[in-house]
Amino acid sequence: MARITAGVGSSHVPLLGVAVDQGKTRDDYFGPIFAGYDWTRSWEEAEKPDVVILVYNDHASAFDANIIPTFAIGCGENYKSADEGWGPRPVPDVEGHADLAWHIAQCLILDDFDMTIINEMDVDHGLTVPLSMMFGQPDKWPCKVVPLAVNVVTYPIPSGNRCWALGEAIARAVQSFPEELNVQIWGTGGMSHQLQGPRAGLLNREWDNRFLDLLESDSEEARYIPHIEYLRETGSEGIEMVMWLVMRGALGKKVKSLHRHYHIPCSNTAIGHLVLEPAA
Amino acid sequence: MTCDKHAQTDIHEYLAELEDIPGTRVFTASRARKGYWINQFAMSLMTTENRESFKTDERAYLDRWKLSDEAKAAVLRRDYNALLDLGGNVYFLSKLFSTDGLSFAEAVSTMTDMTFPEYREMMLRGGRPAQGNRSIKGGY
Repeated sequence: MARITAGVGSSHVPLLGVAVDQGKTRDDYFGPIFAGYDWTRSWEEAEKPDVVILVYNDHASAFDANIIPTFAIGCGENYKSADEGWGPRPVPDVEGHADLAWHIAQCLILDDFDMTIINEMDVDHGLTVPLSMMFGQPDKWPCKVVPLAVNVVTYPIPSGNRCWALGEAIARAVQSFPEELNVQIWGTGGMSHQLQGPRAGLLNREWDNRFLDLLESDSEEARYIPHIEYLRETGSEGIEMVMWLVMRGALGKKVKSLHRHYHIPCSNTAIGHLVLEPAA
Repeated sequence: MTCDKHAQTDIHEYLAELEDIPGTRVFTASRARKGYWINQFAMSLMTTENRESFKTDERAYLDRWKLSDEAKAAVLRRDYNALLDLGGNVYFLSKLFSTDGLSFAEAVSTMTDMTFPEYREMMLRGGRPAQGNRSIKGGY
C-alpha cells in the first residue's frame, strides 16, 4: 500500500533556480537561504521517497490565457523544463508516475473533485525549483513526480478550505493505491511577496511566521483564511500559500514538525520552508 | 487571522474587496478578459525564434496581435503599470522581462516609485511593510 510519509512546504522563487544553475548557492546573498535547506537535503537523501506529489502553480508556461484549470493533475510519463524566456533550465527531465497519477485522478473525480487531466506539458520553475532545493544537482531526479497544478493566478482561485479538502482526498487516494510506495506531498510557492504595481516589494515576516505556526499545529484555522487576508497581508502573489494547505490537508490532524526555516529576502520574496510528518 | 467557515461568499462583495488594496491590480476575470491578447502576445515570447523576431521589429511583431494602439504603445515603452491597467498579468509579462534581459526584481522595481538600487535596498531591509498598505478605504 502506498503511504504519504511526509509533507514539505517551500517557496519556489525562480532566482533560486538561477543560483543553483550558476553555482552561486554559497555566496553572501544566497548562502543563508541554501544553508536553511541543508538539513532538508540530507533528510531527503535518507528518506528516499519513491514519488513526490508536487503541488505548484504554472506561471503562464504550460497553460496560457486560453484554458485555466482550477486543479490539474499531470498523468504523463515525463515532463520537460519550460522555456520561460531565458531558455529552459538545465535540469533533468521530470519523470512522472502515470499509474499513481491516474489512480489519484480517478479517485479524486469519484470523490467530487472535478480534476483536469494533463498528459503532456512542460513544467516551469514552480515545479523544478523545489526539486533543486531538495535534491541539489543530480544527473537524474531521485524520485518520480506527480505534478498537481493549482490556479492561483486568475481570480477567483480555489478557497483555502477547498485546497485543504483536496489534500484530504489525495491522502485517501494514495492509501488505496495497491503498490508499496513511499510518497511525499509538497506544497510550494510564497511566502509573502508582491510582484506588481506600486505596492510591489511587500513582505510580512510576522504573518508568514504565524502561518507556519498554524501549519505546525493541530488547528485547522489556516484552511479558513480568506483570499483577501492573503492579499492584504502578504502581497498579491503571497496567495500562492494556499497550495501549502493541500499539503497540510493530506497529513491529517496531528503533525510533527521536523524542520522550519525562514529568510528575507530572495529577490522580491520571503523564503520559507517547513518539513512535517503525519503524527498518530 | 479571521475566518468564517460557513458563510457563502457573495461575489459582489468578494470582487469589491479585491479593488480595495493600494497599488495593486488583482487579476480578476474582468482584467483577464480585457488583457487576453496582451497576455497571449507575452506568452508567445517563450521561444528563441519569437524573441528574435520581436527584437528585430517590435512594432511589426505587435501588429500581428489583436492589440489596441494603447496596449501596443504601453508595450513599446515598457510601461508595466499601464499594462496591468489594460489587463496584463505579471506572470505573462515576465516573458517580456526576460526577453529584455531584466531580472524579475529589476522589472518589478519599475512599477514602484523607486529606482532599482533603492528597491533592492528596501528588500534587503525587510521589504515594504504591510502597515498602511492593506486597505484604501480603511487606511490601515
